[in-house]
Amino acid sequence: MAAPLSVEVEFGGGAELLFDGVKKHQVTLPGQEEPWDIRNLLVWIKKNLLKERPELFIQGDSVRPGILVLINDADWELLVSTSGNSPPSTAPLAALRAS
Amino acid sequence: MPAPQCASCHEARAALRRPRSGQALCATCFCTAFEAEVLHTVVAGRLLPPGAVVAVGASGGKDSTVLAHVLRELAPRLGISLHLVAVDEGIGGYRDAALAAVRRQAARWELPLTVVAYAELFGGWTMDAVARSTAGSGRSRSCCTFCGVLRRRALEEGARRVAATHVVTGHNADDMAETVLMNFLRGDAGRLARGGGLGSPGEGGALPRCRPLQLASQKEVVLYAHFRRLDYFSEECVYAPEAFRGHARELLKLLEAARPSAVLDLVHSAERLALAPAARPPPPGACSRCGALASRALCQACALLDGLNRGRPRLAIGKGRRGLDEEGPPGGRGSHSRPDPRLRSPSPASRDSSSPLGSDDVGVRGRL
Repeated sequence: MAAPLSVEVEFGGGAELLFDGVKKHQVTLPGQEEPWDIRNLLVWIKKNLLKERPELFIQGDSVRPGILVLINDADWELLVSTSGNSPPSTAPLAALRAS
Repeated sequence: MPAPQCASCHEARAALRRPRSGQALCATCFCTAFEAEVLHTVVAGRLLPPGAVVAVGASGGKDSTVLAHVLRELAPRLGISLHLVAVDEGIGGYRDAALAAVRRQAARWELPLTVVAYAELFGGWTMDAVARSTAGSGRSRSCCTFCGVLRRRALEEGARRVAATHVVTGHNADDMAETVLMNFLRGDAGRLARGGGLGSPGEGGALPRCRPLQLASQKEVVLYAHFRRLDYFSEECVYAPEAFRGHARELLKLLEAARPSAVLDLVHSAERLALAPAARPPPPGACSRCGALASRALCQACALLDGLNRGRPRLAIGKGRRGLDEEGPPGGRGSHSRPDPRLRSPSPASRDSSSPLGSDDVGVRGRL
């Protein structure tokens, strides 16, 4: 059971055009069964924030290739677990706040 | 899973992993490394010697913004002076906003700015007019072909107006890799032969041209702009969705996801290509109309404008043989395969661009 999570989501470099031009969004993710990670955050963003052309933002489980994802100003690809096989989108968000 | 420490300063948390080396660096060390690499590219290639007056092709987009910013930082060390040259293609709604970004940059960086308009240079042919003219002839993506050729010409003209000795553009490694893919996919051996190398030394009176960001992957350009908080314009050109380059870009992004170094590796492969003797392009001559470098009697800019003015916009599109020539295979590449016998011209359209730097289909710059 994951507690509600307060997150600031920022879009830039043209991505904001899919979100009515709004760059910064302060959101509170509701409490839910599964812990919050990037993958379900993206699903939440697509459902609640995305205004148009989802195919330009999401592809399958992740962002469209070419879109960069930064978590606390660090490239999410840095957060691959040491086992090396876990896709970045499953990194638990709650654990990233301290970094 | 916190981010690893910066491999350079060992103090800050790493912000990214460099695609080539896999080295984890913090934002500050990355920006420093990025600038050092551009400096090295310029110095090792002797691209911009001391005293050079450098015309920077400025579109307002992320690449030319990063280019101008970095060159401005490096200018004292290199002993060069900079002029921003912006091209107004006459694309309503898009170019005005982009030019506004360039003007802000010029003011903030205190750099001189010259704007060159298609309408003025090419007898009233704005890109909007070209798009209307080409809209009826099958595939609308051909308007991007015009823009690439004409923009190069306009940039050259702008550079001459400010008495520049060199021209620089912000093409990054992804752009180069896309161009390589496009040239392969279109079987354009001529461009493949000339696409490698860091710059054009300036044949036939053209100004020497180079791309200092050529070895920087697009991802790193975006991150540099982000960490340095640079203000740039990031909307997609309204005609871009129709450009062929979009397909090459999609493919490249997929390849990069599987193998991060693929972009740079593709560029390096192209540099090392040796063409079979039969495929090598003919030595260039001069355009019979404007004197610019050309592989045929007319350079591509003159040939394209010719086609537009005659109401036959697709005349010089494609690999040339099916333009003003009569012998193209029927039903060849697409919709323009039936030459008009009235236009039997003794000087076939130039296939090759007057500037041998790869595909003219620049198309989808600044896309998401």
